[in-house]
Amino acid sequence: MDGANTPLGEDNAQTDEVAIRVRGLKNQFGRQVVHENLDLDVMKGEVLGIVGGSGTGKSVMLRTIVGLNRPAEGSIEVLGVDVLHASEKERREVEKRWGVAFQDGALFSSLTVLQNVMAPMREHLKLPHHIMKSLAELKISMVGLPYYAGDKYPSELSGGMKKRAALARALALDPEIVFLDEPTAGLDPVGAAAYDNLIGELQRSLGLTVFMVTHDLDSLYAICDRIAVLAEKKVLVTGPIEMMTEIDHPWVQEYFTGPRARAAQGKG
Amino acid sequence: MLDQDAERPVLRVTGKLLTAALGTVERAMPSIPSNTSDLEIDLSGADALDTGGAWLIADLKTRLEAEGRSVTIVGASDDQAALMAAVTKAIPEDESPEAPPTGFIPLLDRTGRGTVDAGKSVVSLLSFFGLILTRLVGVLLRPWRLRFAALFTQMEETGLKAVPIVALMGFLIGVVLAFQGAAQLRQFGAEVFVVDLIAVSVLRELGILLTAIIVAGRSGSAFTASVGSMKLQEEIDAMRTLGLDPIEVLAVPRILALLIMLPILGFIANIAGLFGGGLMSWIDLGISPGLFISRLYADVGVWQLAIGMIKAPFFALVIGVISIWQAFQVEGSSVSVGQRTTASVVQSIFLVIALDALFSVFFSEMGV
Repeated sequence: MDGANTPLGEDNAQTDEVAIRVRGLKNQFGRQVVHENLDLDVMKGEVLGIVGGSGTGKSVMLRTIVGLNRPAEGSIEVLGVDVLHASEKERREVEKRWGVAFQDGALFSSLTVLQNVMAPMREHLKLPHHIMKSLAELKISMVGLPYYAGDKYPSELSGGMKKRAALARALALDPEIVFLDEPTAGLDPVGAAAYDNLIGELQRSLGLTVFMVTHDLDSLYAICDRIAVLAEKKVLVTGPIEMMTEIDHPWVQEYFTGPRARAAQGKG
Repeated sequence: MLDQDAERPVLRVTGKLLTAALGTVERAMPSIPSNTSDLEIDLSGADALDTGGAWLIADLKTRLEAEGRSVTIVGASDDQAALMAAVTKAIPEDESPEAPPTGFIPLLDRTGRGTVDAGKSVVSLLSFFGLILTRLVGVLLRPWRLRFAALFTQMEETGLKAVPIVALMGFLIGVVLAFQGAAQLRQFGAEVFVVDLIAVSVLRELGILLTAIIVAGRSGSAFTASVGSMKLQEEIDAMRTLGLDPIEVLAVPRILALLIMLPILGFIANIAGLFGGGLMSWIDLGISPGLFISRLYADVGVWQLAIGMIKAPFFALVIGVISIWQAFQVEGSSVSVGQRTTASVVQSIFLVIALDALFSVFFSEMGV
């Protein structure tokens, strides 16, 4: 394997157990190669932020790991299961152990928030209705939504509330890994900071591994243990944010030493 | 104005050089003699300058300099100089980008791409059709997997709520057939055959065909729009990550609802058509309801009804599969939802009519 996982960040990872192991990944749409020979390790219990310029395939990588996009080449192992070659049953088992929160929530528009949070439980668990309802109410309150939000439909919620509801649904099955696609995009700075705090708290209290695609430098400084930079079709470098300013690559330099980065660093 | 008297020509700009006035200014612009190699543009008289005015000056400067002449701008205030600099910097360097090739080759290119794309969508539609069939069979084998709440909602939406319009449409078709048929048949004194005319055309062809067209416009479009917007909002991806099969959750209840309701709607249209035809024959031709019914019994076999009804589930499948398939093709923006909805209605109506023609040939070859 080439130097995609430079040893910069290894010492900072919470444990040395690997939650997600991606090797030699290649994604291609028509003639356009998005990823080639991409390697990535996500350690158990860490918050990994994925950054990269527009069109470097951050979301594609997330979608590939959770099985929404079939890669042209490569292997992906999540919690020890080879998800690309697993049987249907094995896949369903490992799918229960992760949750995904999409950028705009992707809540089911025909269901209330409570029903949305209950949907994965209905599908995967055989529990009496009242227990599922109580558990769903618990998740809704854990993500900081008011009690009455459970009876609302997604169209009646603000952007920030939708994202929180989506997080509640992602946490419905008490997953070990949470995938977040641009969790703070489209939120005002106050809402974004509150959401960062929420993710940080939940991550610590529930012992989650968080795989987060983001643009938000504040989030990177506030909650990410390690950062993986996507550039040149692969993971250029991974490591804690302090290391990033020392990486000799034009995009990385611009991103982590630009005026916005300095502002975020000041706050963080 | 151009002042040629000075040791080198000076173009003096006076008054307001603003975008709104560019047309007039361009026409009044003095032509620069081709023998001048040194031009001075004096902006000191300009009261106002905006990007349009600055562009005019900068463009002139660039063009002259490209010809090897030198141009100096003098008398600009600080603001004007800053604006000039910003505009000069922003003028695209390559004035005329390479024109896209025209003629035969691109036409050939488009035709080739179009053919390949069409082939690909046929393959994609067929594989989707296969997927739907396997899921439908799977649900029939394991009925407890079926989402009954969704099925009944869809049956109400596509079936029950369509009854009034389908019945009215059938009734009007009966009336029209009776009216037009009577006018022709009266010439031969064969008015009474209007019963056969109405019954055969409504039961065998028109009842079910027009019902299918209405349902394609009403429910097919609704399927594409609603499922398409779910695709857009990543709801379908979210389902997949939660281990829910979108085909089973979204497509099966909708298509099954159509399979159940389209024959029923077709039957309602048939009855309404016979009723309308009978009523009109009574009013216009004096064929009493008793005579109408007895001729119906005597001349029109039950096969005429059966042939119509046999087609209903096939039409339902075509409408359902096309509309859901189109919905799954939605991507990008809400514009795509609109395009796919239009395509869904057009394609399902077209395929329903094409299929009806095939059935027509098939049944007449079979001699029924």
